[in-house]
Amino acid sequence: MSFPKTRKEMPLTPLSLPTVGSMGKTGSWRTFKPVVNYSTCTKCTLCWIYCPDGAITRREDDSPEIDYEYCKGCGICANECPVKAITMEREEE
Amino acid sequence: MQIEEWKFTAKDIAEKTDLFMSGHRACAGCAPATVMRLILKAVRGPTIVTMATGCMEVVSTIYPYTSWALPWLHTAFENAAANASGIEAAIKIMRKKGRIKDEHVDVIAIAGDGGTYDIGIQALSGAVERGHDFLFVLYDNEAYMNTGIQRSGGTPLGASTTTSPAGEVIPGKLEAKKPIADIIVAHEIPYVATASPYYWRNLITKVRKGLEVEGPAFLHVFAPCPRGWRSDPAKSIELSRLAVETCVFPLWECISGEYKLSSPSKVIAMAPQKKKPVKEYLAVQGRFRHLFTPKYEKLLDEIQRITDQKWQKLLKKCGIA
Repeated sequence: MSFPKTRKEMPLTPLSLPTVGSMGKTGSWRTFKPVVNYSTCTKCTLCWIYCPDGAITRREDDSPEIDYEYCKGCGICANECPVKAITMEREEE
Repeated sequence: MQIEEWKFTAKDIAEKTDLFMSGHRACAGCAPATVMRLILKAVRGPTIVTMATGCMEVVSTIYPYTSWALPWLHTAFENAAANASGIEAAIKIMRKKGRIKDEHVDVIAIAGDGGTYDIGIQALSGAVERGHDFLFVLYDNEAYMNTGIQRSGGTPLGASTTTSPAGEVIPGKLEAKKPIADIIVAHEIPYVATASPYYWRNLITKVRKGLEVEGPAFLHVFAPCPRGWRSDPAKSIELSRLAVETCVFPLWECISGEYKLSSPSKVIAMAPQKKKPVKEYLAVQGRFRHLFTPKYEKLLDEIQRITDQKWQKLLKKCGIA
């Protein structure tokens, strides 16, 4: 079964269908954004496991990729990274 | 009774699609949201989730949207377990009558601490007594967070909430946390366990065990809430580790009445010097800020004493010490 990609594609039914972004693009909540330093990343995938928003996806080689559309910038990934390869940087205008 | 342990690698769960999708409106740094993602990594086949009112219901399912990529039912605050027993009974009879495909369907009921400790306990007690085959997951963020941080039966001693505010008169909540997991153990059900999201492998294994066991299973998951605990959103997962390391929330499982410490807590039981003082856990949380003022300093020692006492009691139950 394929899920609707956005809210606009949701059919008009009394039944809720699962959709990514049920509250819109939550990335706009963010004041600090996580930035991955791929040269020090050990690909342990802990950031991917702990992310409450599922905003981190794994690439082919297991290194993390952050989805800035949904990342709320909580900083859990930066805090839990064992080698501190993720830093929180202030969002620019 | 022996339950076979599900052996998995990080890759196994990585290949599973996320059944709890991005874009829900949980606060930044919400540990319960991590817990939901991890729980759904352990499902093994057709699964139905039913959920009591609570933070995770409010943030993930605002009509007409839902973040759950599996059958999900909302129910009132008090009857997550009653709903689960109904679903389980319906599946049983529909399979018997040939109305649905004859295959096993897992039922998971999820409720917060308000929906379990206080409002939902009679439905839960009834459902486990009747022996329905379902898994009840309690995600414990230690107060009614979605309605505005009111105290619940799960709020620990000395925590400041909006209905037990710390100030001139009282030092936060005056009563201790209700031992909910022990209450469920007393129902003599096949599987009861506690888990913490920091120890994610342990958590997923326990969810899987709870699903595999025949009959009711209960899982108490610790889930820090940065909003209600007045802590740094980045520290949610760290707090779930500190709670285990200070023995505030030890990890154990009870299979058919036999207590067994899980490895993160067993390490501390074997090497007591690794046990951290409770202060370390309390100091990171704003809801315990008043305990570090001269007026309420004594309560800190009291909390440490109670924690040690409970830990010793647990060790005895597990046959250690």
